[in-house]
Amino acid sequence: MSRLAALFASLKTQGRKALVPYIVAGDPEPSVTVSIMHELVRQGADIIELGVPFSDPMAEGPVIQLAHERALAHKVSLTMALAMVAEFRETDSKTAVVLMGYANPIERMGYGVFAERAAAAGVDGLLTVDMPPEEAEEPSRVLKAAGIDNIFLLAPTTDNTRIAKIAALASGYLYCVALKGVTGAGNLDISAVTQLLNNIKTHTDLPITVGFGIKDGASAAALAPLCAGVVVGSALIERLASADRSQGDSVWIPSVLSLIGEMRVAIDA
Amino acid sequence: MSSKVVTPDFSQFPDASGHFGPYGGRFVSETLIFALDELAAAYQRLRKDPAFQAEFDHDLAHYVGRPSPLYYAKRWSEEVGGARIFLKREDLNHTGAHKVNNTVGQALLAKYMGKKHVIAETGAGQHGVATATVAARLGMTCQVFMGEEDIQRQALNVYRMKLLGAEVISVKSGSRTLKDAMNEAMRNWVTNVDDTFYIIGTAAGPHPYPMLVRDFQSVIGREAREQCLAQNGRLPDALVACVGGGSNAIGLFHPFLNDEGVAMYGVEAGGHGVASGEHAAPLNDGIPGILHGNRTYLMQDEAGQIIETHSVSAGLDYPGVGPEHSWLKDMGRVNYVAIDDDEALAAFRKLTLVEGIMPALESAHAVAYAEKLAKTMSPEQHIVVNLSGRGDKDIHTVATLDGIGIE
Repeated sequence: MSRLAALFASLKTQGRKALVPYIVAGDPEPSVTVSIMHELVRQGADIIELGVPFSDPMAEGPVIQLAHERALAHKVSLTMALAMVAEFRETDSKTAVVLMGYANPIERMGYGVFAERAAAAGVDGLLTVDMPPEEAEEPSRVLKAAGIDNIFLLAPTTDNTRIAKIAALASGYLYCVALKGVTGAGNLDISAVTQLLNNIKTHTDLPITVGFGIKDGASAAALAPLCAGVVVGSALIERLASADRSQGDSVWIPSVLSLIGEMRVAIDA
Repeated sequence: MSSKVVTPDFSQFPDASGHFGPYGGRFVSETLIFALDELAAAYQRLRKDPAFQAEFDHDLAHYVGRPSPLYYAKRWSEEVGGARIFLKREDLNHTGAHKVNNTVGQALLAKYMGKKHVIAETGAGQHGVATATVAARLGMTCQVFMGEEDIQRQALNVYRMKLLGAEVISVKSGSRTLKDAMNEAMRNWVTNVDDTFYIIGTAAGPHPYPMLVRDFQSVIGREAREQCLAQNGRLPDALVACVGGGSNAIGLFHPFLNDEGVAMYGVEAGGHGVASGEHAAPLNDGIPGILHGNRTYLMQDEAGQIIETHSVSAGLDYPGVGPEHSWLKDMGRVNYVAIDDDEALAAFRKLTLVEGIMPALESAHAVAYAEKLAKTMSPEQHIVVNLSGRGDKDIHTVATLDGIGIE
């Protein structure tokens, strides 16, 4: 059983929900990414979505675009992101790590090479934002063979035929985009999301996480009962970007990431 | 060229999922898939609808001013001393370039689909102006995304768009140029996907855009083909067109692709020279990858990051290229060559002096290559050059390079 499958099975028996923070590898600088990952775990993260920086992050709102730019200013690459996961795995074999990014850096490395290196580094899943199922058959096969879960997005605009098609190709979990828009956008409409999730659940037994528009403990707690896990990205990255780092990593990192601790408490309540 | 491949029927591509061999396709986030499906379905229906086609043809004739002439550049041809060179005069279109063929077509699609708001990306501003123009005519609201750098370099076109009633949105992300404007237009589309029509300006992007932009621009090649037969009694020996995203080139080439005897040359921006690495010539010096919704040749680094390009011509300054061109390159059907900044500027001056026709700096790349090519050919042979746009917009750039300030 994959680390993701085991995690969701265990959470289900405990009646708990996954807390899934998203950060960008190398943001605000490469030397602190692994420390941030460990602190996320201490604050209650179950899965870490580690963004792979790309020059043209087409699906991101301004907050995450800037995170990609900060990481790229340090020349952070897919190779470096894999090295960060490997370093994280030296002392954490429990927390699931999913790489999230865009197709081109992976294409450039080659799916075969990527799958082998990602598996060796301890990556559990891959979510490629601009890789819809129609284009994903070959990559999915290669990743599956290497034991890496294929995470796909579902949107409010995804029709039932596509939901079934995506669910058939996906493993680990499905990531449901809660609203039409880019990351960090707008306000959540809980009743619309409820309807969306209820429909998706009639097509698949895979765990469903929800993201886009989750900002704090309250919005996380409102959504958690409807799904298997909640993703928080922009709100976290905004705090990382504006952190006062003058007092050293051991002070600012836990202080900034207390947001995750608050969300943990809120969704467990 | 390696061993001969079986020649396909080029009119049959892309396939149903938008692929030209390994290129093209649809690489976008899930939210946009339904909008692309909706667009593809509407286009499949309307491309065969006589009412739609009649309205498109009417607009091209009465609003754009088509057909554009096929002009024999006698003095220039004789001075070069080789093949006869003909200019397909897209510079005479309303708004001054081929871009309007496509915006008229896409705006008509928007109208038939009941969308009243259009968005577009623009680099130099030509596509933005062409979009704002058709939006004004159809009473649609229009937003144009333009990189902050380009807004400063192209103040005149920014003002033209505003006069036409469009809102110009300054894009401050990434390199603040065309590719980032396209990213931002996509982000806007994903957010307002229900009532917005995205008018992409070149034959790139996710399926069905490369196909429908090509189809709307193919009026160039269809006319040129008929004009060659009517004026010269035969098809030309070679076609030459500049390639940025590649919409004017595919528009000229496509109706001739199955004519085996017609050679084709796509001219990319060599910038400071292909060897310098500072250029915008992905088909000469790039590697296939995924950007802006399609798989195609790209300017990218070892890590798969898109790199910044350089060309004196803003309209060619783009790191990707339409997917059909990538395929035609691999098939060996079209030769992709490069012309550097200095050669293009020399051609700009040459055509202006010898024929009294001032080409856009983009088109000047095609003019420069045509001259090289013509010299290797005989006066019995014919070349058609796509003069994709007029050079008025570039006078400021050329004057600045001459050290002359124009207010």
